Amino acid sequence: MPMNARILPYVLILPVTLFLCLFFLYPFVLVSQQAFGSSDGGWSLDNFREVVNYWKFPISLKNTLLLAAAVVPIQLALALLMATMVSKMGKGRDMVLYIWTIPLGISDLAAGIIWLAIFEQSGFLNSMLSGIGVIDRPMNLLTYQNPWIVFLAIALAEIWRATAIMLVILVAGIGLIPKEYYEAADVFGASKWKQFTRITFPMLRPSLQTALVLRVILAFEIFAVVAALGGTLFPVLMGETYAYQFDLLNSGAAAAMALIILGISIGFTLIILRILRVPKGASI
Amino acid sequence: MTDATALDVSTDTRKSGRILYVASVVFLCAWVIVPIYFLLINTLSSPDAVNSFPKSFIPEFDFGSLQFFAGFAGMLTALKNSVIVALMTMVMSILIGAPAGYALSRFDFPGKGLFRLLILLTRAFPLPLLALPLAVMFIQTGLDDTVFGLALVHTTLAIPFAVLITFSLFSGIPIELEEAAWTLGCTRLTAFTKVVLPLILPGITASAIFAFVISWNEVFAAAVLTIENRTLTAFLLQNLDTSPLHLKFAGGFILVVPALIFIFAVRKYLFAMWGIANR
Repeated sequence: MPMNARILPYVLILPVTLFLCLFFLYPFVLVSQQAFGSSDGGWSLDNFREVVNYWKFPISLKNTLLLAAAVVPIQLALALLMATMVSKMGKGRDMVLYIWTIPLGISDLAAGIIWLAIFEQSGFLNSMLSGIGVIDRPMNLLTYQNPWIVFLAIALAEIWRATAIMLVILVAGIGLIPKEYYEAADVFGASKWKQFTRITFPMLRPSLQTALVLRVILAFEIFAVVAALGGTLFPVLMGETYAYQFDLLNSGAAAAMALIILGISIGFTLIILRILRVPKGASI
Repeated sequence: MTDATALDVSTDTRKSGRILYVASVVFLCAWVIVPIYFLLINTLSSPDAVNSFPKSFIPEFDFGSLQFFAGFAGMLTALKNSVIVALMTMVMSILIGAPAGYALSRFDFPGKGLFRLLILLTRAFPLPLLALPLAVMFIQTGLDDTVFGLALVHTTLAIPFAVLITFSLFSGIPIELEEAAWTLGCTRLTAFTKVVLPLILPGITASAIFAFVISWNEVFAAAVLTIENRTLTAFLLQNLDTSPLHLKFAGGFILVVPALIFIFAVRKYLFAMWGIANR
């Protein structure tokens, strides 16, 4: 079946290719047209100018970048810690892993609502604080007077929710590292820390790449957690895109915002790939 | 210092290291579970208790909030829409994605690199934003505000994962098994259905469930593309500003429950799915 084997792979990838052309590449062309379009039908940067000059743009850009900068490194450290803890766990490993990966299935909206239960005025944080006598009546925490608490609540919810995906990728990556390396390191008396920095970390580079790219891109798409916890108190890029499309009914501006988010995502992806590049032939 | 005291010190540090290790595991488990437990308390409390202060840390097992949720206009329809969209996404992403995963794992063909790049590219894009232009396209084709139209967008989100995960699953099955079946008189197709499919079915189910969760949880595209036929996430998002607390918490809880079940169902495959998909 040599003939068969030459054509078959193309037959098999045809559905995905068609589907992605229709629902990924084509809408991408459309969104670019919309973003660069102008009222008289020509090409222009009007939409971008409008979006960037809107007073909320610098704040939402700053908030989005600030959140990513605060959340992603903590998630990375936490996921690395959890992954190494799990890798030498004996009994109970499956149970612990199940618990730690639960947030993987929880949506950003649900996570926002969960942390709202803690941070809202009659919520559990206030209840605890009053229980130990720090405050005598509930404080309204999520207001414009407390921008840092709003930020903290959003960051905590995001760390809580999205560390699991990094954990899964890293645990899978650690699972692929040959045990012999550690045995050899033990023979030569390398400390656990040295084993981590000399074996685990470098061998884990492809997984770290995947995990970071995925998380950073998703961090720029942060939306529902913010909507649930901060509402309009904490503008972010994706929320502004939604507002352009829905509240202001300006799809040209929404399209321009979409391309700006896309540009930032691609920029950071390239940076991560460059920093964590895997030398050719060095992967397992 | 004698040898004996040195030994004591080292067992002491080892013991305290052990305690620190166990404490950290317990703490991190609590970090995940306790917030969900808080949501559970609110869900299983009467609307009055949800709005009262200070909060009890034990649920009162009152179904008032859940009843309010079920009786809230449009909520059950939204729940139904969420399930339908997620089921459609699950079926479409596997039917379209799995053949490509098989092709990637079994064949070397010109253009393979380009195809992988296309798949990886989709992961580097903020995909929900594609809902913006698709809204226009759907109006032209009559797909606007339909569960099928939304399922198509969610399938775009889920397909790269379906391809990469099935690729890693198929790669885990030695090609020798198939070759043995061919020499025993199977065609490529019967070898696949009789030998590969039974082995891969649990993994395929797991990745299908993963696609279900992606769709179930998606907020932005759902909110942009549906007006009348809202999914649960879109409905909750739209009503965040105006809905009472107990409605939000009950809705959040309904969103969380499938997640608990699904992660439990796919836990064995979670890591295998990601292992090779990363390469």
